[in-house]
Amino acid sequence: MAATERTMTLGEMAGAILCGAFALAAVIIAGLTHHAGYSFHMLVFAAAGAWGCFTIINRAFDGIGGIEPLEIDGRPNYNMAPVKFATVAAMFWGIAGFTVGLLIALQLAFPAFNLDLPWTNFGRMRPLHTSAVIFAFGGNVLLATSFYVVQKTSRARLAGNLSPWFVVLGYNLFIVIAGTGYLLGITQGKEYAEPEWYADLFLTIVWVTYLLVFLATLWRRKEPHIYVANWFYLGFIVTIAVLHLGNNAAIPVSILSPKSYIVWSGVQDAMFQWWYGHNAVGFFLTAGFLAIMYYFVPKRAERPVYSYRLSIVHFWSLIFLYIWAGPHHLHYTALPDWAQTLGMTFSIMLWMPSWGGMINGIMTLSGAWDKLRTDPSLRFSVTAVAFYGMSTFEGPVMSIRAVNSLSHYTDWTIGHVHSGALGWVGYISFGAIYCLVPWLWKKERLYSLKMVEWHFWVSTIGIVLYISAMWVSGIMQGLMWRAYTSLGFLEYSFVETTAAMHPYYVIRAMGGSLFLAGALIMAFNLWMTVRGHQRLEELPAGSPTIVPAE
Amino acid sequence: MASMYAYLAGIAQSVGLVYFVAMFLLVVAYALWPSNRSRFERAAHTPLNED
Repeated sequence: MAATERTMTLGEMAGAILCGAFALAAVIIAGLTHHAGYSFHMLVFAAAGAWGCFTIINRAFDGIGGIEPLEIDGRPNYNMAPVKFATVAAMFWGIAGFTVGLLIALQLAFPAFNLDLPWTNFGRMRPLHTSAVIFAFGGNVLLATSFYVVQKTSRARLAGNLSPWFVVLGYNLFIVIAGTGYLLGITQGKEYAEPEWYADLFLTIVWVTYLLVFLATLWRRKEPHIYVANWFYLGFIVTIAVLHLGNNAAIPVSILSPKSYIVWSGVQDAMFQWWYGHNAVGFFLTAGFLAIMYYFVPKRAERPVYSYRLSIVHFWSLIFLYIWAGPHHLHYTALPDWAQTLGMTFSIMLWMPSWGGMINGIMTLSGAWDKLRTDPSLRFSVTAVAFYGMSTFEGPVMSIRAVNSLSHYTDWTIGHVHSGALGWVGYISFGAIYCLVPWLWKKERLYSLKMVEWHFWVSTIGIVLYISAMWVSGIMQGLMWRAYTSLGFLEYSFVETTAAMHPYYVIRAMGGSLFLAGALIMAFNLWMTVRGHQRLEELPAGSPTIVPAE
Repeated sequence: MASMYAYLAGIAQSVGLVYFVAMFLLVVAYALWPSNRSRFERAAHTPLNED
């Protein structure tokens, strides 16, 4: 293909050299280490680096890519390929994560599902589930939507040529390293921050690139004002960087070992962990997905944001309050009482921005309520906002020390988390992906709106089964733990409480299987949409004939 | 240690309180400032007017 050969850009040369050097270093470490799992990870890094180096050079030889024009015919030349990749990755990881979630739900109900193998026991599968759904599914949804929204609302092409690809591919490589690490027993044992030091360092590079790509795109914007969804995305990206660095300040035993030790000790480590852990909820699962709400709900309802002023107060009060709420995870621990009270107080104050934001999202539909009947993907987004209101009401209640004494360490927490994760994060993501796929692949509409309806109702029944089972099971568990006999002895042994929870665990697994079934319906529907099929359906009057975004 | 606590708690309860309330008032003032009205009105429509 020498005829179309072009010279490499400076960025491509640097990228190819860095990828090659990275691959070389990884191969050397893989050869020297005595730890099989670590060696495997270094070989994965080496393969990825070599592939990156080869692909960059090959593209130049084939005359593909290079520097694209920022505008074509006076209109922004949007870069949607990385958005497409992240959208597909989100669906893939979503189904993987929901499946592992169903498996561990079954393991709790029927221990035989642990399979008596070290790699598949609950202790390793559980972080695989949480990371797959939060960071792999949620993270790819955030990458896809943030790169889409920042371009559209800034009317500018995504900054960089290779760097957006480095962000989406690098992030997914991190997910592979993290997930396989858990199965192999490589973990630093911090909840939601399990990946070891080398994966953390790699993610840091990816994340800083993400921030720079996002900022540089904003810098190119045509609008003087930065749209509020981008503030939420920026708040999410910056805070996650800070949290990641703070909670992963670890010193590796050796460059040839996957093991590291955290620099914080004792209760300070616990405080750092839950400062990180709660803000992973506050900034990853809340601020980032609120950005999705502030773009996709107005877009889909074809109504402006209900109150833009409220969105400004919403943003600043949310980020200023959330960052202090972490200590409510450490009630009745060695953490000083005043710090516990501080965490509890800020959690309760969070009611205000949470409900302000929820009202702003739902009221954006004023004048367009009928769309809830005719547009099932908007129904996903709005139901998500309702779940957001519900779980952000429940959270502050559970942060009150007296309530926490009943709820902590019980399944109530699991129920609470899943009403937020399935109802809010899951549904706002599904709503966004149902919009994005026809827009990105330039299709007139989805393959089937009926299937979106089916997805909605199947997974809603699943969520209701899940959260109601966990509420009952959790409160029962908490009450059984604190029940005393007339002689002052504990009334129930631990194993009796476990046996009592069995039926609820079975119901929870049923709920989870419905949620997974809904996601499979979605994947099929999207697949057929991308292939260009349209199912013949009688659509309700007033249905959107989804005009593809340009 | 106790004096360190008293010192930090003192800062939190005085400077911290004033700082947070002042920040909040600034945000509310920015949101409600009359001359920003048209800009926010336009911004609220951002997702609807795209290329």
